[in-house]
Amino acid sequence: MEQSTNPQGIFRSLDWITVVLYLLLLTIGWFSVVGATYNFGDPLVIDYTTRAGKQLLWIGLALVWAFVLMFVDDRIYDTFSYIFYIFMMGILLITPFISQGHKGSYSWIDIGSVSLQPAEFAKTATALALAKLMGSYGFSLFRPRNFLLALALVLIPMALIIRQRETGSALVYLAFFLVFYREGMSGSVLFVAFSAVVYFIVGLRYDADPLPHTLSSVGQFSVLVLVWVFTVLLSWIYDRNKLHALHMALGGLVLLGSAYAVSRFIVPFDIAWVALGVCLGCVAYIVVQAIRTRVPRLLLMALFGLGSLTVYYSADYALNNLLEPHQQDRVRVLIGLEEDLIKAGYNVNQSKIAIGSGGFWGKGFLNGTQTKLKYVPEQDTDFIFCTIGEEMGFIGSAAVLFLFLAIILRLIHLAERQRYSFGRVYGYCVLSILLFHVFINVGMVLGLTPVIGIPLPFFSYGGSSLWGFTLLLFIFLRIDAGRNRFGYTN
Amino acid sequence: MNGLEFEKRRFIIGLIATVIIAVYLVRLLTMQIMSDDYKKNADSNAFQKEVLYPARGLIMDRKGRLLVYNEPTYNIMVTMNDQIGVDTADFCRTVGMTQEEYEERMAEIKDSRRNVGYSRFTPQQFLTQIPAKEFSVIQEKLYKFRGFSIEKRAVRRYATTCCAHVLGDVAEVNPAEIDSDAYYRKGDYIGKLGVERSYEKDLRGVKGLHIHLRDARGRIKGRYQEGRFDRYPEPGRNLTLGIDRELQALGERLMRNKIGSIVAIEPSTGEVLCMVSSPTFDPHLLIGPERGRNYRQLQADPYKPLLNRAIMGQYPPGSTFKTTQGLTFLQEHIITPGTYYPCSHGFWNGRTHVGCHGHYSPVELNFAIQTSCNSYFCWGFYHMVMNKKKYGSYSAALTRWKDYMVSMGFGYRLGVDLPGEKRGMIPNAQYYDKWYKSRWNALTIISDAIGQGEVMLTPLQVANLGATIANRGYYYVPHVVSKVEGRAIDTLYTRRRHTMVEPRYYEMVVRGMRSAVLGGTCKGANLPGIEVCGKTGTAENRGKDHSVFMGFAPMNNPRIAISVYVENGGFGAHMAVPMAALMLEQYLTGELSPASQAKADSYAQKVIYYGTKH
Repeated sequence: MEQSTNPQGIFRSLDWITVVLYLLLLTIGWFSVVGATYNFGDPLVIDYTTRAGKQLLWIGLALVWAFVLMFVDDRIYDTFSYIFYIFMMGILLITPFISQGHKGSYSWIDIGSVSLQPAEFAKTATALALAKLMGSYGFSLFRPRNFLLALALVLIPMALIIRQRETGSALVYLAFFLVFYREGMSGSVLFVAFSAVVYFIVGLRYDADPLPHTLSSVGQFSVLVLVWVFTVLLSWIYDRNKLHALHMALGGLVLLGSAYAVSRFIVPFDIAWVALGVCLGCVAYIVVQAIRTRVPRLLLMALFGLGSLTVYYSADYALNNLLEPHQQDRVRVLIGLEEDLIKAGYNVNQSKIAIGSGGFWGKGFLNGTQTKLKYVPEQDTDFIFCTIGEEMGFIGSAAVLFLFLAIILRLIHLAERQRYSFGRVYGYCVLSILLFHVFINVGMVLGLTPVIGIPLPFFSYGGSSLWGFTLLLFIFLRIDAGRNRFGYTN
Repeated sequence: MNGLEFEKRRFIIGLIATVIIAVYLVRLLTMQIMSDDYKKNADSNAFQKEVLYPARGLIMDRKGRLLVYNEPTYNIMVTMNDQIGVDTADFCRTVGMTQEEYEERMAEIKDSRRNVGYSRFTPQQFLTQIPAKEFSVIQEKLYKFRGFSIEKRAVRRYATTCCAHVLGDVAEVNPAEIDSDAYYRKGDYIGKLGVERSYEKDLRGVKGLHIHLRDARGRIKGRYQEGRFDRYPEPGRNLTLGIDRELQALGERLMRNKIGSIVAIEPSTGEVLCMVSSPTFDPHLLIGPERGRNYRQLQADPYKPLLNRAIMGQYPPGSTFKTTQGLTFLQEHIITPGTYYPCSHGFWNGRTHVGCHGHYSPVELNFAIQTSCNSYFCWGFYHMVMNKKKYGSYSAALTRWKDYMVSMGFGYRLGVDLPGEKRGMIPNAQYYDKWYKSRWNALTIISDAIGQGEVMLTPLQVANLGATIANRGYYYVPHVVSKVEGRAIDTLYTRRRHTMVEPRYYEMVVRGMRSAVLGGTCKGANLPGIEVCGKTGTAENRGKDHSVFMGFAPMNNPRIAISVYVENGGFGAHMAVPMAALMLEQYLTGELSPASQAKADSYAQKVIYYGTKH
């Protein structure tokens, strides 16, 4: 009780490792913005008219925010989290109506000369509300009612942000599924999502490549084999009778092997049909076993197999009908279906050139030519990792990645040492969001993930994103600092 | 709930984060360390890359006479960042422009909306296509103007005013072309039409590159690593066309003031000897600074001179098509040379009637071709399509018929080495099923048998039909380029394509076509001392009939096959036959006799613009 109101106590129990990591990221981030916005030949002046100067101002204000947060009693979050959540949802709801519109997106609110993106702050509100809900007495993800409630908390801001035409920011909320996983959601949900993405990418990417000696496409065949392998693996893990998995593995192997042999040595045919047969056979086999042994749980595996096939065969439909045209482009470019060098592909291509040209040591601060000569668009916001790659080389980029990994692992540690679910859930929310941003943003610049416009935490130019992450992080650090208020010390 | 039972999951989550970062580190490693060192360095601003443009390949006719060559011109370039302390008044006087024009041009260059990709660090085109004479004056004083540099380029020149459609033209690349091929930079030239486009990759050559070292103030300090990474340009490959310049010129002369096309092919190789499309235009219109204006003017012309009718015009083949029908019926054993069909001023069957001119009846194949009897081929077609015993259904019979036509090169693009070829039209059973809701039989579609109805061919396909008959059953895909310097031509053009009809049946049709020249519809093509074989056509259409001829010569060891299309020229014998005769004479004897010269002049003066604007 004593410590929470005593600033000295707070600063003593504050996790300084995280603070140092945060400050390091901020510093490197600012130098990157300077590098990304600097023009050759211009004198290096930092004043409030340049983006570098403005970013310095945002950083200063962020630090003030962080400092002020230390003096707010952490229990206020627990108490007011729903109110804060409802308030933020209200702002998200009205944002598209009062927004002026930037590049087809209606997610910014102008306050005087400053534009703010409420979506950046809604993450904190959602994390707090989720922490409050999941930390409440008797909450269990295994109760459908509770789980649906938690899901609703995540889906509402997602829907509101999609309406602002900021699909990228909305996708960030998928990060909360990692929190659900930590709190007991079945790992198979993550596994199923992962498999769906793999089917989608492999299936479309290699659809046109012929499999040698057969009339099948590599994409279709590989996906069907993956479905079979995943189904067998699931059976091996979840079915007590390991013989079942063995039967399916051997049966599939024999069938596929002989189909290939026939196609290779006798008459070429589309062996994907055989693979499809194997998958359906496995599904039927599992259903029979489930009925025979009266273990309905096994039916879920059959459902997985069937669902996988549905997902694969509807992937093409999804790509062509569900996504917006610019997103379709980005997905197609990403999986290598199209060499689109003018739109989405242009950014990725240029960013790869810029990073590749950095080499081991980089070209040195302010010496990046690719980024300086404006080859890379949005180089100080979404594509800022390019500047790091070009000017600081492999050494610098690797260091930045390690810093992110360190802060994430540190946050896992902090989250696990919370005594209450509220703190732990909130901590996981923070680190999941950070991880998702780093995963998508860096992956996009490296040409590994789709081009989804979300900022790199602490690096990308802009006050909203910087303040949003600072708020997110320091609320957690404050909660963490107050964890011992009942007299525990470590 | 304290969530302790899932505590171990923190390791999984930590592992996910670690794996993601590890994958990204590996990716960075491959991108930054295991990539091409030179490329990276050359991108650095310490190097100035100077592109050296190769000379574009020349184009010659079949006898090696030059058709297209290059002439040097110069571009004045400006690099905004280096352009300091320039006496603009002096500069304007030197290049011959006013101060206002200068300011305007500079503003244009700096406007990155109009000048996409503008950078003040790279040379931008200030003035283009300055001829060598004017340039020498400017060059002397250019040293005074910092930031201005020169770029040597070449423009195309034509040794002749003919062959515009075949030769095509070059122009500056557009943004889409720059994006689709890494070879091109802004301001480069690319073939837009004709062989300039279809052989662009051969003609353009390989650009050279000199890498200069420069200091921080942009001054050139010498070659990077003594020019170890420099490349010299490789000139483009020269092309030799199958076109005979004189034959082409005669064809264009004959077709003056008429709409239509003349195509001649060497049957033994598939080389196109001439490809006339009328009206045509002077290729010089599409070079130089006036190109844009001239191009728009040509585009607006109601007679569409830019259209290459030889490969883009799709016409009913008329009676020339009867040869294909005879061949098909013989091969399918619907008829034999001894089969007689009646003709009483045409084909009468139920309520169907196809007219014919007066001649004796009944007729067999040879006379049917000689006199171009409609009735004969209608009966043959009727017996083929209605033969349910042999084919099972009308659809099956028509499908078989369509297969014959396709094997002769109809209904699909032949694959000529020019852009924009059309495929023509050979209707199939599905087409009629849709149109007539499956209620059709041979009589419904009888006019296909005589090259009317839905059948459409390009003049090139008709000329190719002549070549196929001349070869007695095979053809080479027609192509205008006979040789590409430094490489063999595509095997597409050296492989024989056999039709589904045996050579012995072709002999019968050849005899019929010879009879037509000796005593039938195309007596006008009978040249002294040359055994010409031919078939006229009179293609009905909305306006006055098109006059058509298809033939080859000599009958044995043929050297040329030809098709002539004169839109609204009336009977085949009226226009197409005599014009074809002149063309054959020119090619086979190398010149025209004085009498023929006079005849050519009289045809050249005939004006047939029937008022139909296509």
